[in-house]
Amino acid sequence: MAENIKMVEAPEGFSGEGFFATSVDKVVGLARSKSLWPLPFATSCCGIEFMATMAPHYDLARFGSERPSFSPRQADMLLVMGTIAKKMAPVLRQVYEQMAEPRWVISVGACACSGGVFDTYSVLQGIDKVIPVDVYVPGCPPRPEQILDGIMKLQELVRTEPMKRRDSPEYKALLASYGINVI
Amino acid sequence: MLPLNKCRMTSNTDFLPILIQFVFVAAFIALMIGVSHYVGPKRHSKNKDANFECGVKQYGNARIPFSVKYFLVAILFVLFDVEVIFLYPWAVNFREFGIDGLWKMVMFMGLLLVGFFYVMKKGALEWE
Repeated sequence: MAENIKMVEAPEGFSGEGFFATSVDKVVGLARSKSLWPLPFATSCCGIEFMATMAPHYDLARFGSERPSFSPRQADMLLVMGTIAKKMAPVLRQVYEQMAEPRWVISVGACACSGGVFDTYSVLQGIDKVIPVDVYVPGCPPRPEQILDGIMKLQELVRTEPMKRRDSPEYKALLASYGINVI
Repeated sequence: MLPLNKCRMTSNTDFLPILIQFVFVAAFIALMIGVSHYVGPKRHSKNKDANFECGVKQYGNARIPFSVKYFLVAILFVLFDVEVIFLYPWAVNFREFGIDGLWKMVMFMGLLLVGFFYVMKKGALEWE
């Protein structure tokens, strides 16, 4: 067998004979980061690159994203890939709002990050005008390796996120700044 | 000396463990569902609780009219299936029932056959 197999490291904790004690946040973070189910919101060419990423050569599924779901109720991360028109913006916002927490957003490609080459009357200049974004993946379109890199950065973010984040005032202020008022 | 006859009839109290197990299972399930309902974190907002319609506004309700032929076929199946169920005990014991039984079954099936002719004439079996 190969020697360069990377195993997941255990989180810091106290271990002894037959037991391992750590904090719930770390375990939950580890579990969440290694099983992010994507909601592919693919509108343009970046969507094609995502198809290549899900295909066997680059294989997103081995990062835990085995089940892409087109229903927001069962997805963890929203992958916005492609040009979002201003007409599409309320649709995107509604889909984001209907996702169950905890939820993260990756904006893939130049058009989703900032409107891309299309600085025109009909294109939304960046999805962070309507929803909060966690990771931006630049490129036009980004290579599958870049998309994977973006997802890996999100995994790092998810691994270190505290479970109480949803109750924190910063999070609530962030959502309120986008007009998403949840009780 | 060991008792040679270990067989005995099952009495009512032998099934008590099954009942206890059933009660425990039901209580456990109710506890799990209740705890996750009350303790689980949840968020509500008007948009979030709306039905998912791919991000667009939902109009009307999801009940669409469907063809009555499906219902008719299903209900006729149930009726004639019950008739067939009545035929099974007769098929097993027809010798003891003799001519008398034959006449009674013919009357029974005759009534249902009249109903069947009515259904055919009314066109309930037309699929298109």
